[in-house]
Amino acid sequence: MKPRDMALFALVALLILGTGYLQSWNAALNILNMGLISAIMALGVNMQWGYAGLFNVGVMGFVALGGLGAVLVAMPPVGESWSAGGLRVLFALGIGLAVIMGAIQLWRRMARGALRGLAMVVWLVAGFFVFRAVFDPAVAAIEAVNPAATGYLGGLGLPVLFGWPVGALLAAGAAWVIGKTALGLRSDYLAIATLGIAEIVIAVLKNEEWLTRGVKNVIGIPRPVPYEVDLQADPGFVERAAGFGLDPVTASTLYVKLLYAGLFAIVLIALIWLSQMALRSPWGRMMRAIRDNEVAAEAMGKDVKARHLQIFILGSAVCGLAGAMMITLDSQLTPASYQPLRFTFLVWVMVIVGGSGNNFGAVLGGFLIWFLWVQVEPFGAFLMELLTSGMAADSALRAHLLDSVAHMRLLTMGVILLLVLRFSPRGLIPER
Amino acid sequence: MDVLNAVVALANFVLIPATAYGAQLALGALGVTLIYGILRFSNFAHGDTMAFGTMATILVTWGLQSYGISLGPLPTALLALPAGIAITALLLLGTDRAVYRFYREQKAKPVILVIVSMGVMFILNGLVRFIIGPDDHRFADGARFLIDARTFREMTGLAEGLAIRTSQAITIVTAVVVVALLFWFLNRTRTGKSMRAFSDNEDLALLSGINPERVVAITWIIVAALATTAGVLYGLDKSFKAFTYFQLLLPIFAAAIVGGLGNPLGAIAGGFLIAYSEVTITYAWKKVLTYLLPDGMAPEGLVQLLSTEYKFAVSFVILVIVLLFRPTGIFRGKSV
Repeated sequence: MKPRDMALFALVALLILGTGYLQSWNAALNILNMGLISAIMALGVNMQWGYAGLFNVGVMGFVALGGLGAVLVAMPPVGESWSAGGLRVLFALGIGLAVIMGAIQLWRRMARGALRGLAMVVWLVAGFFVFRAVFDPAVAAIEAVNPAATGYLGGLGLPVLFGWPVGALLAAGAAWVIGKTALGLRSDYLAIATLGIAEIVIAVLKNEEWLTRGVKNVIGIPRPVPYEVDLQADPGFVERAAGFGLDPVTASTLYVKLLYAGLFAIVLIALIWLSQMALRSPWGRMMRAIRDNEVAAEAMGKDVKARHLQIFILGSAVCGLAGAMMITLDSQLTPASYQPLRFTFLVWVMVIVGGSGNNFGAVLGGFLIWFLWVQVEPFGAFLMELLTSGMAADSALRAHLLDSVAHMRLLTMGVILLLVLRFSPRGLIPER
Repeated sequence: MDVLNAVVALANFVLIPATAYGAQLALGALGVTLIYGILRFSNFAHGDTMAFGTMATILVTWGLQSYGISLGPLPTALLALPAGIAITALLLLGTDRAVYRFYREQKAKPVILVIVSMGVMFILNGLVRFIIGPDDHRFADGARFLIDARTFREMTGLAEGLAIRTSQAITIVTAVVVVALLFWFLNRTRTGKSMRAFSDNEDLALLSGINPERVVAITWIIVAALATTAGVLYGLDKSFKAFTYFQLLLPIFAAAIVGGLGNPLGAIAGGFLIAYSEVTITYAWKKVLTYLLPDGMAPEGLVQLLSTEYKFAVSFVILVIVLLFRPTGIFRGKSV
């Protein structure tokens, strides 16, 4: 890092500290924690776009899959649901997989011609109905078990930290499937394919109640850090809090958030170290060579398609990891809260503004853009209050303007993205 | 009689809604495909352009309504549509001047332009929500039905009713007129021909003295007209909500790619293909099958292949299949 980069990071640190002094330390820590997670997402996208030039606009899907991974590991299993239909659901999913594998084999083994097409269609349609015949009753049985509290299979009941790698693996699996089909086609096609898969992942999370409780949300995911109420009941903690001149309630919330920040920071630092090592290695140079000139790299004997698939899976796994961490921080999975503007395109703004191709740039972008995303709203409200102060108090226009301040952040993000692309297209910390 | 009832039920729940939806998608996909052909990038801001155009039209409609002007049985929005198109065209020309032109002069890679269009998407999205808010708005007025279900039943004596909503009829008629105008323009006029020449071979077109800035400006104006019309028709048929329009991006792009990016005919075919598949697969076939199958064999379940929540999956699967087996689309689009 050059001194200028250090100064930029110091500036972001100052912004967060300033939030602590001017607003509240609680708010500052919230920004810090989500900033850490955003930085990890940005690292993942930077791997795909910055190293390899792959245009992935399905970040939201991978983030959501990571969250699903955390839920499947950390939530206690629901024994009643498992006995009601758990095995049947697994069996149905096995049938589904077998049908798809069979279709692929059919396509490969049969001779070209109308017969092959017909056989494929018949096989797939028949397979679909067999799958639904097993799947539907099993799902109905699971969802009937105490729907208000559970109505789903639950997870494995392991510590949530194990869910992080599982979340990453789920995202990587999805990335493998998409990569196999859409990589090697034109960049716009990959973009649309990832955009589509992200919407489908969210649709699955919203609708497959046996898996995720759908829009009923999974709440109370076990935490890796102590609960505030337990801390407040601990006399030793209360005493130490008093030593800092804090009341137990404030102290416990700050303490918990700091613990989260510590956990996330360890992951982020490890990832930065790994990606720096990778980027500087022969592998990293090869990736950039492929990005800059695919034909030349291929002529040098590099397997472009396999390398693209590899980096696509790695980057998506990092996004999944970030998604699992976010679920851990929130302690809940709310499928309806996944919005493409927030989870896909905002991460893109982070990468572009920070500097694509540079890991520190992506991290800086993650922190800076998240800070702005949070702070634009109160600042905009303040500004709007000032601008409209001359109007009559009951003016309809004034009320409308004040109500609409919440949407200022989208506008601001767009303006920032366009300004950076125009005047500093390589980002704040450019690739070196 | 049962067969007739089945046909009527099918028409009522599948054919007519899917045709209207397909026409809306086709108009949207035409805009995407034109930008791709002339400006050579995938415009991610297209959904939000549609939202902006619709919003402009709604605001003008409200203005007209407050003066007591209406079109009788037709929705007032049709009267406001030209104004909406003009406002959107101004906006798009302004964005081109302020944003896209710089990259065009630099001969930036298409993918950079896609990222730029992401920035424009954010701004338009914010602008629409800022002006009209994120909520649902219904702005259809005038007569609701061309034929309603009860009249149809009384007329024909069938058990099933056939309802054609005014918005559906207007959608189909407008789409036919717009598409006919567009093809006439592209194939018969000098300007249209110069646009096609520019799309086929930019360098050759420049050598023959075609003014690129004029071609680009006209493209944006046509795109404004197509996007606003598509958006208003969709809004009349369903309702206006900024976020829904953003989500339309996926089926619209799927339609444009399936038909072959850069090929207007393909965009129309793709739009209808996506719409028909989406509606057929998410429709509960129980009613139709009950009429068609002999007594006692009527299905117990709804016979719905996929729940409506998965409609995105349909466009996606079609897209993937076409990409796997015919990567340039059904109608051989161009690839940059």
